Amino acid sequence: MNPEKVVFGFFIVLALTLNFGFFVGEIENPNHHHVYELFAVVVVNLIATILKFGDRSQMGAVLLATSLVAILQLVAATLVWMTAVHITQIGLTPTVTASIVSLSGGAMLANVISVILLIIETVMMRR
Amino acid sequence: MDNIVYLIFRRMRRPLITLVLVYALSILGLVLIPGQDDAGNPWHMDFFHAFYFVSYMSTTIGFGEIPYAFNDAQRLWVTVSMYAGVIAWLYAIGTILALVQDKTFQRAIEESRLAKQIRSLKEPFFLVCGYGETGSALVKGLTEAGQHAVVIEINEQRSNAIRLESLRDYVPTLHGDAQKPVLLQEAGLQHPLCQAVVAVTNDNKANLKIAITSKLLHPDIRVICRADSRDIEKNMASFGTDFIIDPFDTFANYLSIAIKAPCLYLLQSWLFSGAEHALLHDPIYPPKQKHWIICGYGRFGKALYERLKKSDIEVIVIEATPEITGEPPEGVVRGRGTEANTLLQAKAESASGLIAGTDDDANNLSIVVTARELNPNLFFILRQNHSDNSAIINAVNADMVMQPSKIIAGKINARLTTPMLSEFMSMANKQENEWACELVSRISALVGHRAPLIEEINIDCSHASAVYEILNQGGRVILKDLLRHPWKRRVNLKIIALMIKRQNQNILLPGDDTELEIHDRILFCAENHSLSRLYWNLQNENILSYARLGRVEKHGWLWSKFSKKT
Repeated sequence: MNPEKVVFGFFIVLALTLNFGFFVGEIENPNHHHVYELFAVVVVNLIATILKFGDRSQMGAVLLATSLVAILQLVAATLVWMTAVHITQIGLTPTVTASIVSLSGGAMLANVISVILLIIETVMMRR
Repeated sequence: MDNIVYLIFRRMRRPLITLVLVYALSILGLVLIPGQDDAGNPWHMDFFHAFYFVSYMSTTIGFGEIPYAFNDAQRLWVTVSMYAGVIAWLYAIGTILALVQDKTFQRAIEESRLAKQIRSLKEPFFLVCGYGETGSALVKGLTEAGQHAVVIEINEQRSNAIRLESLRDYVPTLHGDAQKPVLLQEAGLQHPLCQAVVAVTNDNKANLKIAITSKLLHPDIRVICRADSRDIEKNMASFGTDFIIDPFDTFANYLSIAIKAPCLYLLQSWLFSGAEHALLHDPIYPPKQKHWIICGYGRFGKALYERLKKSDIEVIVIEATPEITGEPPEGVVRGRGTEANTLLQAKAESASGLIAGTDDDANNLSIVVTARELNPNLFFILRQNHSDNSAIINAVNADMVMQPSKIIAGKINARLTTPMLSEFMSMANKQENEWACELVSRISALVGHRAPLIEEINIDCSHASAVYEILNQGGRVILKDLLRHPWKRRVNLKIIALMIKRQNQNILLPGDDTELEIHDRILFCAENHSLSRLYWNLQNENILSYARLGRVEKHGWLWSKFSKKT
């Protein structure tokens, strides 16, 4: 058992589950999407990305790429949220909520790919 | 470059994760702890403000509490977060600083920088493996001849020492084991401009490995190797090593030439002296009437023994441990030769020459000093193993000093910078002693007592454009034209043409009226100033026409138009 794999697996799966938790619900209803969850998703995804830094294997490079995509989407989502609530102060209107949730949905897709890759890697290693 | 990025990222994982966790916890704490706004209403900080606050908190501390003054619970949490944040930042920055100072990291940077430099080399260069005594003499000679070199050296002290030496050219030096193919590739083995690989480490096996690697990875490349034993030599030759030098055999060969034809030896030592402005040797005359004594029957002693025997000279060998080294058919005198009675047993008082050829400089010196007391008229040959000992070796004033590193460096140098010189020498060796004596006196008339410059010139459009132009138009240039003074054509330059090489013939000492052809290669032996004047004749059409005809024939484009019309 490789502790590095355990830790990374934990964080990438956690990123997916949290993201899923944030994503489900009516897309336009701000009550179904809590900002705490978005925060947790961002933090866990950051950690998962950093864990793949300096991994020279092919799989490591692809996982780093998918994690970076997820981070990019999530940062975009938080920026939208921040602009709406604090800068323009229009608040979480249905349009804003929808765009935040759809961006996080994109991040979730990247997380799903990461998890699939992780599963493939695990299955390929017959030990 | 990849290496460095990976190294940084790998090392930065832990500090970055710590930083993310500390930030996340601090932000979360600030968001969760209930506060009050300025009107006293219950209020929760949102993520945006929490992130803003935490960001400046741990980097600057003391920006004030925003947007509303904190209550005690918030202050408690901020206190904890402050310490955690500062520690996390120190940890991250400290790791980066430690990484920058790290030896492996520095070496990775250095290596990638050198590899990049070598990849971008735009001029032909030689790859020299091993920067010991031989390597340093070789690199010095190469850079002085205007060539470029790349060095691989296993010993870090010596590879650093190269920067302190005042070489004429910048020599990229990789530190590492040249036996590793990766390092050879990094040093430019497969670079299209890499002219030759020279393996002159002090380890025979390493030289062999370098030769094999080079021939496998770059089959067309010239490989030049030092070999100290016959087995290795044969092994190297078996896969096409182009030039193998055994310093002992080479010196033995010199000695037999010196015995047979002293002038030929003198000619050789002058032409191969390598270093510019070196003082020329006086002629030596090794005697051959009576017997010679060889102290030490190692590789050097054996090589000399064979050569002396071939020259019909009687030899007595002194050896301390014949069971290890073997012994010649006549047997040996047991001993080191440093004590008088061994030398007396070898009949030193009636001998004509003595070779102090052990691998220990102190013993060799002692042998010479002791023997000189017994018989001051002996002809002494001294083997010098370390160049550091030059001062004491010179003080003994032996007739010939054999220094392996110098011999190898000189031979390789000549082979790399002036390949025609070796061909010239092998043709000269077939000539009589008188022929060599005449040439030697001509050279000494040219250059006095300083070593002559040896230069190979190719008659083509880039190296001798003026000559090329005339020959191309069907004109005729004879050797004498080139050797006239560019401003005073009745004065001859102090230059001798040693050899002209054409497609299928080599002309030894071509006469003054030899007609030149395109793509001739000419080997000149010249005095320093004359050589630069020779270049005027070769490159400048007006000057060449003055040297040939005594008048300037060709003019600029405008002038020739003008003069045609009138």
